Amino acid sequence: MDRHSHLNYSTNARVTNVMLPDLARLVRVIPMVEDNFLFLFRFEDPTLNEKFLYKPGQFVEITLLGTGEAPISISSTPTRKGVLEMCIRRMGRVTNALYNLPENSLVGIRGPYGNGYPIDEMKGHDILIIAGGLGMAPLRSLLNYILDNRSQFGRVILMYGTKTPDDVLFRDEMESMMRRPDLECLLSVEQAYQYPGAHPWRGKIGMVTELFQYVKDLNVQNTYAAVCGPPIFYKFVLDKLLKLNFSKDHILMSLERRMECGVGKCGHCAIGYKYTCIDGPIFNYWDILNMPELIEF
Amino acid sequence: MRILKLPKTNFKTFMEGLRNYGEVHIPKKKSNQSFVFGPMEDISEIAMDYLRTICPPKKYFFKPKEVVINYTNTKGFAEVIEDADKKNVLFGLHPCDIHGLKILDIVFGTNYPDKYYFARRKNVIVIGLSCMPDDKCFCRSMATDATEDGFDLFLSELKSSYLLTVGSSVGDDISTDLKHLLTDVTKKDTIEYLTIRKDRKNKFTLSLDSSDLPYILELQRESEVWEELGKKCLCCGSCSMVCPTCACFNIYDVQNFLTDNGERVRQWDSCLFKDYAVVAGGHNFRANRADRVKNRYYDKQNGFVSQYGKPSCTGCGRCIQYCPTKIHVVEVFNKVRGEI
Repeated sequence: MDRHSHLNYSTNARVTNVMLPDLARLVRVIPMVEDNFLFLFRFEDPTLNEKFLYKPGQFVEITLLGTGEAPISISSTPTRKGVLEMCIRRMGRVTNALYNLPENSLVGIRGPYGNGYPIDEMKGHDILIIAGGLGMAPLRSLLNYILDNRSQFGRVILMYGTKTPDDVLFRDEMESMMRRPDLECLLSVEQAYQYPGAHPWRGKIGMVTELFQYVKDLNVQNTYAAVCGPPIFYKFVLDKLLKLNFSKDHILMSLERRMECGVGKCGHCAIGYKYTCIDGPIFNYWDILNMPELIEF
Repeated sequence: MRILKLPKTNFKTFMEGLRNYGEVHIPKKKSNQSFVFGPMEDISEIAMDYLRTICPPKKYFFKPKEVVINYTNTKGFAEVIEDADKKNVLFGLHPCDIHGLKILDIVFGTNYPDKYYFARRKNVIVIGLSCMPDDKCFCRSMATDATEDGFDLFLSELKSSYLLTVGSSVGDDISTDLKHLLTDVTKKDTIEYLTIRKDRKNKFTLSLDSSDLPYILELQRESEVWEELGKKCLCCGSCSMVCPTCACFNIYDVQNFLTDNGERVRQWDSCLFKDYAVVAGGHNFRANRADRVKNRYYDKQNGFVSQYGKPSCTGCGRCIQYCPTKIHVVEVFNKVRGEI
């Protein structure tokens, strides 16, 4: 017992230091689309690979030694342990350094942070996953988690839209998902170029929202929609979902802010009184409507 | 709660006695108008009549700039906690600053407790001191003009003595060690205290009507007050630095280019700085000054209230005193209320 009775919070100096990353190794880099590669990490401490528990939709802080930290959402599913997979766009200082990092180099990882998708609430419901471009990165975690626990969910529908067939992330997985009888996998591109060596395209052509016409008998009352993509994509998808009478708290979105500490302290990711890093990054549309300073949809 | 009396004639000996409990830090005069908390070299340095220091006591727990991790490119990360074992006695905190620490305890203690903050917090003995307000104090409106906890000892000044409140087990140890300097409180002392208390109440000239303020702020999100304020505010961040509850920080790495190691540093930041909400790719969620200064005001009187049921403002008056363009927080909120 501490002798300062006025301190109501944990003062134990042996309390875990949440700011301390664990060493991990970049075991493999899989180029998927230009500047959107999949990076595979394993912790140096082999027990951590087992112990590192996370939820779909959570993120980690990755340290590039000598460069700094960046928040990155996890693309792999906790149901497949051993390797952490992250689909990362070459975007800023840290991700640029990551693209120059040779395989087998060391990095730091701390986390997992954020609320993740409300899996327990989603169980027993139909799931509609709508991804646009890199929005597939966090949604792939959710999708694979659901497929690995398939019996706990109702109907599962995936809608994935990209600009062209060359931009489809996780192409091989998409191919096999299209053959699954327990998943309605709908892909669309805005344009399908015909040129020698172009990826053949068997999906649809048009905006991702046009895929709704191929979904029959959507049970809106019993469905959670998980949506992630660029701002313009949200505008059209949200419009569509609201027209279909989706309840606002059944529309789940993933937000992006400057999550610098990841633990609700540094202040950078605050939106109103919510911290993206601990109250999010997954918010329902009702929460989001009550937030100031959003990008205009 | 135990209350004793320390006659002013014993004060010097009392302060010397505190040295047994750690390095004593006191309010000292820096210039004609400014005071700072610093180590006590001589008892004569204590500015008993000080009202507010430039920096609040947060600097002892949440350092302006500190190394938090040493790393090497091959061996990984090692924790560094500056002053983890240093015992400090912090003397002379007014009630607003004690409330400031209580708010920081919430910020650093909720969800993921911050090891760096609490490693130092637990080693510091806090000794409070009563005060008389000036024209920039509005602690009474923020309900931080008095405190029943958050200190180990608290001194309330009377004419020829101090009432000494014992607020913790350590405080009790000190008052037992120094009991030869202390006497019992008499009925006359109580009457004297009540008179001073009444005087003090009447000395407050500034007040901020905080009733319904979060709701009014919701209604006034698009008010032109914020645009006007954005034109006046330089976004220099002074108000954040001197604020007893502002706790934003940046984390960055400093690589040693001659070896394979480096340091991870954390440093005070302000939501008023231009790059505060910039994300990778360059989008700035608060690109103009009006948005940033508004964000700070909303955080203090709207956001924190939603989360913890009280504002994160202690009414200490520092942001009023140190704003280079004379922005007055109370005037801003009165404008938002439509009262000016």
